[in-house]
Amino acid sequence: MVINANEVGYYDLNKKIVECTDKDITVTGAMGQRYIGCGVSGKKITVEGTPGNALGAYLDGSTIIVHGNGQDAIGDTMNDGEIFIHGNCGDTTGYAMRSGKIFVKGNAGYRVGIHMKEYHEFFPKIVIGGRVGDFLGEYQAGGIIVVLGIGCDGKVPVGSFCGTGMHGGRMYIRSDDAPQGLPVQVCCEVADDSDKANIREYVDEFAKNFGYDTATLLKGRFYKLSPNTASPYKQLYTHN
Amino acid sequence: MALNYFQPLFDVIRDKDRCIKCQACARQCANEVHRYDGDLDKMISNSQQCVDCQRCVCICPTSALKIVDNPNKFRNNSNWSQQTMTEVYKQAETGGVLLSAMGNPKEYPVYWDKILLNASQVTNPPIDPLREPMETKVFLGKKPKDVTFNEDGSVNTETTPTLELSTPIMFSAMSYGSISRNAHESLARAATELGIFYNTGEGGLHKDFYQYGANTIVQVASGRFGVFKDYLETGAAIEIKMGQGAKPGIGGHLPGAKILEDVSRTRMIPMGTDAISPAPHHDIYSIEDLRQLVLSLKEATEYKKPVIVKIAAVHNVAAIASGIARSGADIIAIDGYRGGTGAAPTRIRDNVGIPIELALASVDQRLRDEGIRNEVSVVVAGSIRSSSDVVKAIALGADACYIGTAALLALGCHLCRSCQTGKCNWGIATQRPDLVKRLNPNIGYERLVNLVHAWDHEIKEMMGGMGINSVEALRGNRLMLRGIGLNEKELEILGIQHAGQ
Repeated sequence: MVINANEVGYYDLNKKIVECTDKDITVTGAMGQRYIGCGVSGKKITVEGTPGNALGAYLDGSTIIVHGNGQDAIGDTMNDGEIFIHGNCGDTTGYAMRSGKIFVKGNAGYRVGIHMKEYHEFFPKIVIGGRVGDFLGEYQAGGIIVVLGIGCDGKVPVGSFCGTGMHGGRMYIRSDDAPQGLPVQVCCEVADDSDKANIREYVDEFAKNFGYDTATLLKGRFYKLSPNTASPYKQLYTHN
Repeated sequence: MALNYFQPLFDVIRDKDRCIKCQACARQCANEVHRYDGDLDKMISNSQQCVDCQRCVCICPTSALKIVDNPNKFRNNSNWSQQTMTEVYKQAETGGVLLSAMGNPKEYPVYWDKILLNASQVTNPPIDPLREPMETKVFLGKKPKDVTFNEDGSVNTETTPTLELSTPIMFSAMSYGSISRNAHESLARAATELGIFYNTGEGGLHKDFYQYGANTIVQVASGRFGVFKDYLETGAAIEIKMGQGAKPGIGGHLPGAKILEDVSRTRMIPMGTDAISPAPHHDIYSIEDLRQLVLSLKEATEYKKPVIVKIAAVHNVAAIASGIARSGADIIAIDGYRGGTGAAPTRIRDNVGIPIELALASVDQRLRDEGIRNEVSVVVAGSIRSSSDVVKAIALGADACYIGTAALLALGCHLCRSCQTGKCNWGIATQRPDLVKRLNPNIGYERLVNLVHAWDHEIKEMMGGMGINSVEALRGNRLMLRGIGLNEKELEILGIQHAGQ
């Protein structure tokens, strides 16, 4: 079913999406309507245009494809599903996401993957094609974040304060140089072949969807970031 | 071994004539204060470890034990108290941030104790709740500005979802992790039986407790632990935690040592990993951003549940509440600076925030002045200790109260303020199975039900005395309050007159 979002407010638009019995829905003419696909399960939603903030928040097993740019808080507290953004996206992409996958062809804003966490079979993945802003993977507690730095000519594709408070999960950053100013509890090393094998599946999915070659993308140098403790603040306190 | 600069806070006094060396104290003390020395055939105490939780005193079959303040004192000094000096020693030894538990114990004014209630005499007769109907039921949520009717008499006003409470009391947010499974079960079952609500806190909701969903408020905090579709849909309301009275402006941190299998499953994080709640929600830097989270939660639950925004009482609380009332939230919960906590940095707990009495009075006044009081209900927390505190809070403008510490006291807590150690001998603030099982939820829930029933009756007695037969008629009725020993400014903020006026 095709839903024309032109001059329709977010409330009415999302009501239509939720009430629609078709599993495959295309929203055309999106112009910043928020909360598209919020908490939705079992659907495929294709968005033409620019969806607003909180796209796919609490997503519980659906596919969302955006032919355009996304805005802030994409996949906030997402539980399962897939989001593909054929453009750039804004801040806090994948905030506290627990499972599922987010692929962004272009760049992303600040605090991507903040407080992502994993648990048993839940394992979230974010792949960003271009570069990201400050605070990538802040408080990361699980899952995988890959930043491919396409178009960065090997320069570090992440902003400042990467991995602040990180205490779980992994980040893989394609870059000639390691990110600078990492906090003490984050280990940074050049990814070896087994590390690359771990992310091949996600890079491959990115490449297939956005028209890149997996082998080319994986050929470059990646840095792997991981926390050296699950309890970064254990020594901070004195019982009083 | 380094010299110990500070002395034990308590002395364990054992009456040797009464002690029968049954060793019950030794078995009960998770702090390992008591032990039996076989060679000497006597019980030995290590006062240094004692936290004064009173467990051994309560369990001793011959009443042989007393815990008293250690009479040893540093030299008197009005400026440098023993407590202050001891804290310096601790920090000099460890380099650590001082960590405390439960509410601010400092000698700040308690305004509830400086407010007196009215009673009817002669002209407006009191009401006896034993003989006459009294209404303590309240509804929390938005109230329509006006009501219109259709021609057939039916109501033609769109209403939004509300919470119905049998009495204006709810159990505060306490997470599974900070408190035990048996404590949570006691709260959940009591709330269900009482027709009120308990609050999951930010630690998710255990699958076994989904059955109490109709009486559960589910919390969404900055760490989003255990937040997913089923969780949101199970609760009767959703609370966004922006702040907590015991630690305004800072986040939470449940140490990995407390994240065992069950807590891990409920929070949906790996075992043994710290559960860190960042101080801010990193997607909320403005009222507009808050509105986005409120609405995304409403969108995810099809606008069927009221959304609560919980903040700490801080200096600009009235302006903040005004913003929240415009954010789409249905209920504002305000937590005063005496509110409890499982762990908070001592300096934050003891020095940040303001009293709930003053915060409530100024928020209620501000919302009235702006004509938006009907947009939100106001729930207050942060040391509601008795039914008279509840009555005073409602007369100052609250719709309902959250009780946390009082509920834990009902479960056996003796306010030793050592929750952060995870060795609660009462089975409340611990995850150790041998300690948790000491709190029997069958008894725990009954004690909570008893407490709230007793308070409910006392509320009716006090309302009846004032000649008021419903909470609705008491709300914001500040004429029923008089201050005692308060200065002009305090009276002005509370919006009440002095006793005698």
